[in-house]
Amino acid sequence: MNESANTVSSTERALGESTIELRQMHKWYGEFHVLRDINLDVKSGERIVVCGPSGSGKSTMIRCINRLEEHQQGDIIVNGTELTNDLKNIEAVRREVGMVFQHFNLFPHLTVLENCTLAPIWVRKQPKAEAEAIAMKYLERVKIPEQAGKYPGQLSGGQQQRVAIARSLCMSPKVMLFDEPTSALDPEMIKEVLDVMIELAQEGMTMICVTHEMGFAKTVADRVIFMDEGQIIEENVPEEFFNNPQSERTQLFLSQILAH
Amino acid sequence: MSATASTAQPSLFAKLWYDKNNRSIVVQILATIVLIWFFGSMVLNAVINLEAQGRGFSFAFLEQPASYDINQHLIPYSSRSSHLQAMWVGIINTLLVAVAGIILSTILGFTLGVLRLSKNWLVNKLAYVYIEYVRNVPVLLHILLIHGIIVHSLPRTKEAWNLLSDTAFISNRGLFMPSPEFLPMFKFVLAAFIGAIVFAWLFRRFARSLQARTGTQLPVFWVSVLAIIGLPVIAFIATGHPINWEYPTLKGFNFQGGAVIRPEFLALWLALSLYTAAFIAENVRAGILAIDHGQTEASMALGLPRNRTLNLVVIPQALRVIVPPLSSQYLNLAKNSSLAIAIGYMDVTATIGGISLNQTGRAMECMILVMAIYLIISLTISGIMNYYNKRIALVER
Repeated sequence: MNESANTVSSTERALGESTIELRQMHKWYGEFHVLRDINLDVKSGERIVVCGPSGSGKSTMIRCINRLEEHQQGDIIVNGTELTNDLKNIEAVRREVGMVFQHFNLFPHLTVLENCTLAPIWVRKQPKAEAEAIAMKYLERVKIPEQAGKYPGQLSGGQQQRVAIARSLCMSPKVMLFDEPTSALDPEMIKEVLDVMIELAQEGMTMICVTHEMGFAKTVADRVIFMDEGQIIEENVPEEFFNNPQSERTQLFLSQILAH
Repeated sequence: MSATASTAQPSLFAKLWYDKNNRSIVVQILATIVLIWFFGSMVLNAVINLEAQGRGFSFAFLEQPASYDINQHLIPYSSRSSHLQAMWVGIINTLLVAVAGIILSTILGFTLGVLRLSKNWLVNKLAYVYIEYVRNVPVLLHILLIHGIIVHSLPRTKEAWNLLSDTAFISNRGLFMPSPEFLPMFKFVLAAFIGAIVFAWLFRRFARSLQARTGTQLPVFWVSVLAIIGLPVIAFIATGHPINWEYPTLKGFNFQGGAVIRPEFLALWLALSLYTAAFIAENVRAGILAIDHGQTEASMALGLPRNRTLNLVVIPQALRVIVPPLSSQYLNLAKNSSLAIAIGYMDVTATIGGISLNQTGRAMECMILVMAIYLIISLTISGIMNYYNKRIALVER
């Protein structure tokens, strides 16, 4: 991975105000207590990697941040807006928070360009020409401007995921959430997606990434968070996290994924 | 073929039967021969039998007078009209109930399908009970039931329900309404109506280009509704009510004058629509459920509100799943309309395929005509639906 990215670690950058605050947040699926007492404070410009075994609640946690999942207890405050049942607030938060999914979720009935301009046109009320110009700019950044007229079904997985990233960026979000963005990709396509994410991180985007790409975590993360059974077990800067894990659960997890 | 272990020349049979391409040709030739033999012998058999009975095969009877009455005819018809004219009346009655049924069943079906997915427990269960009841009872029973309700539970002519102080009446003989007589000035109202539609279309185009240029969104739907209703109303008042209404009045045993929707049409139309709507509702539900929830999530994560997510993301994709089975339902509805004969609605089956057939004894000719007519109607429906389906098809790799 791109080691030069280490030159911009959190210690040398001035971080901004809190963008996302989770306070004593709990969530249940029926009887099942999926998230227990989550406390998280993400500063503007901060890059956070969330890892942990499957079923530990990583995805559920970041999906609560743009209210794709509802929390039942505690507070979630995003860009100063508290997430409640208020639909207008939820939409306002979603406008400022981009999300990239494991399975891309591109709209198959729209071209790549239309995928990118749909929300800017209908939500941001941008003129079509302007929205298209912005979309082309981001498609160039993810290095697939030549695919703009194609449909998602005609692209490879890696290309689709890069389009999905561009689609989110077109809304000029303040925060990007990545929900296992490389888990559904073939090995040789993982790199092209990670390269785009690293570039984004270097430009100062606030990011929360759920991922098992430990190389990515070492390269760009300001903080690594380890979750298990719905709780945040450990939280540290990458160097400490990987070299000197505190809890036994973290040590076991790291030994399992770094064994090969 | 030749590169096998055996050095011997393959036999003719092996050449024809073990080669993939040759076998396909052989099978097609054999199938064609069997088909020609089968239909040829059927036709020959029919010709021999008709000759033995001393009857030719001719459509000349279509010119003879039909000598029966048809109570609902949208084109001129009397008992002295020809069988051909009776057939046309029947065709128009079939088309009327089929088109009206397709429109109503589509509206009801889409509404029910969306309600069936509602998170509201009561709404969801009501739609569920309705769909399961309606689609599990034969459509003939629905037709008889609704016809029975109209004929038996609605008042007789003398006690007809009087709607809007003597303008319309409901009795077991149908819904009697005033019929309009258009005065010359009415053409301005008509012009206003057409003008409003043109205006709405232009406004829609303008709104689109405005959105493309500046991003501003105009309330196209409400402006259009207002124009299409408002302009004709203004023209109507300005030209001094240029319509003479002919009101139905009770004369003797029934209402005279005005227009009437007969109980047979009403029963058939409602029964076919309600029945088919239940199936369409399930198609719509299946179509919406077939769209991965990730699509909704991605759209909402971009900040699109719920209604826009439905209109811009979910429905366009769901239509691809909904349209093919929807065509089948339209075909079913059109063909089920032949059950009209059970309650005496004079459709094409009841006229040329029923009374005309019995009176002339021309069973072969009448059946061929009726089948040809249903075939044409059905092929037209599937042609239109296939065209639509092709237009909305997904582009894959």
